[in-house]
Amino acid sequence: MTTKAMAGARIPLPRWTRNLRAKEAIAGYIFLSPWLLGIILFIIGPMMTSGFLSFTRYDVVNPPDFVGLKNFIEIFTKDRLFWPSMMLTFRYALIVVPLSLVGALSAAMLLNQALRGTAWFRTFFFLPHLTPIVASAVLWGWIFNADVGPINHWIRTITGSDNAPGWFRDPDWAMTGLIIMAMWGAIGGNTMLIFLAGLQGVPQELYDAAVVDGAGLWAKFLNVTIPMLTPTIFFNMVLGIIGALKVFAAAFVATQGGPAYATWFYALHIYTRAFQYFEMGYASALAWIFFFVLFVFTYVQFRQSRRWVYYAGEVD
Amino acid sequence: MAGEAIASGGKQTGSGIHSAGIFQSASFQRAIGRGVLYLVAVSSSAVFMFPFVWTVLSSLKRGGELFRFPPTWLPEVPQFQNYPKVFEIVSWATWTWNSTFVAIVSTFGAVLTAALVGYSFARFRYPARDVLFIITLSTMMLPVEVTLIPLYLMFAKIGWLDTYRPLIIPSFFGGSAFLIFLMRQFFLSIPIDLDEAARIDGAGYVRIFWQILMPLSIPVTATAAVLTFMSQWNEFLYPFIFLNTKTKYTLAIGIRYFQAVAGFADDTEPKYHLLMAASVMMTAPIIIIFFLAQRYLVQGIVMSGIKG
Repeated sequence: MTTKAMAGARIPLPRWTRNLRAKEAIAGYIFLSPWLLGIILFIIGPMMTSGFLSFTRYDVVNPPDFVGLKNFIEIFTKDRLFWPSMMLTFRYALIVVPLSLVGALSAAMLLNQALRGTAWFRTFFFLPHLTPIVASAVLWGWIFNADVGPINHWIRTITGSDNAPGWFRDPDWAMTGLIIMAMWGAIGGNTMLIFLAGLQGVPQELYDAAVVDGAGLWAKFLNVTIPMLTPTIFFNMVLGIIGALKVFAAAFVATQGGPAYATWFYALHIYTRAFQYFEMGYASALAWIFFFVLFVFTYVQFRQSRRWVYYAGEVD
Repeated sequence: MAGEAIASGGKQTGSGIHSAGIFQSASFQRAIGRGVLYLVAVSSSAVFMFPFVWTVLSSLKRGGELFRFPPTWLPEVPQFQNYPKVFEIVSWATWTWNSTFVAIVSTFGAVLTAALVGYSFARFRYPARDVLFIITLSTMMLPVEVTLIPLYLMFAKIGWLDTYRPLIIPSFFGGSAFLIFLMRQFFLSIPIDLDEAARIDGAGYVRIFWQILMPLSIPVTATAAVLTFMSQWNEFLYPFIFLNTKTKYTLAIGIRYFQAVAGFADDTEPKYHLLMAASVMMTAPIIIIFFLAQRYLVQGIVMSGIKG
């Protein structure tokens, strides 16, 4: 390969550079080797195994039994929790991600106003993000307590009626509870910090020019801030959606997927099939479907991003 | 910013000349604007902090006080002994140690190998490098479930279940794609002239890495370490799947176990106040670390996002 590349060059490179290049490549691979091994042992190997398992019936005790597409057919036709859990997971992501992006951007803009005490406000906004998910699920479980929790107490006081949501105990409200819990952790988190840095990176000249053109606050926001932030919005959006679709621990601890499967997220479905029923083949098929959906969804976002994401450094 | 407030206030003064009242003056408008911003900042801080405050206050109440109706804010008499009590009724000390051990060892492995791999991606030219880098990034998207089942089966086969090896060993093989990305981005921002100068002086690749690049990368390494420590401390799924023995639990699964049993008032009162104390004790170390490393941390998080 190196010789071919060199044939194209006008001045043939001396022999020692070739050795140097080879040396560099070898050293590069040596430094890369932990990850190469890791990717084979802990990612590609297992992925291929689970790909294979998805065409089998495997209960861990007996050897895997090849069944062709049976798992997939069963998932799409018979599994009564497959579609609901998939839909519910997407619905959750499509609510949590836009809301937390808007919230994080608003919080970042607030912190960008040079208010006195900004460092404190930033810390207050950020602390929820640091709370371990399990601890967060435990403490929100108590705050949302239907009988003696503070939230319901306020709701009863304000509305003056005894009717208040049952939150994690109520199929109609459990999802809302989880969404509020997720927003609490997400709004002031990394997303906000990244937005804040993005805001500080918008050149002041652009705002000055907009003012000369007669732009007010709103016009400046729409025509300068938002376009300049599109790469940041895109970055946060992609990561946010991937994170939201994988939600597991929060629901598992706070609601155990209930009540009445109201928060039965897709990851919970896979977990239950794999580690409660020990249907490893079936669960692998579920996982691969999930992977495929996530892949397509992310790919579409990248395709779409060309239409709306503006990179200032890009020449076209 | 200040300029915006002045700009919008300026338009108002034009029409306000006739009345010339103080209410229409630019500085008054500006003051109102600032006042509203402060109000929003303070009230949203209160909303964000409320769950913490409530949890801490609940953790200092007597068990029965939590079930008062209407709920009360302050504990009648602060029950500081609730905290030591958590250590008595569950193996809290053991779990804390387990979490600390797992988090420290895997952080060490992950940061060390991520630095090596990031160095490789940032400073060496070799076939398939860019493809491998893209593959690395795309593993961030991979749902953990796709690899979890085979890993479970594999670890079961080699007798690693109910040990910390599944939580620790993978960290020494690159750990996380995000860390590799972070380290690579940082190394790329260090001028390559430094490497070349060192090479002319006879330094090899290892020496350049260890004596030139790493000392310059202390902030990003600290960020990487803190972020990894936090995520390991919080990690739920892996320990939950791989550990069975109660004394081997980490805090994340320990607290869930505690939550599952706290509702059942066995012989005494319910233990929700102790559960709240446990949540505080699990969160506190993370918050302390955040305060110690705040400056680096914010920089690091920002760097990962801006260059993405």
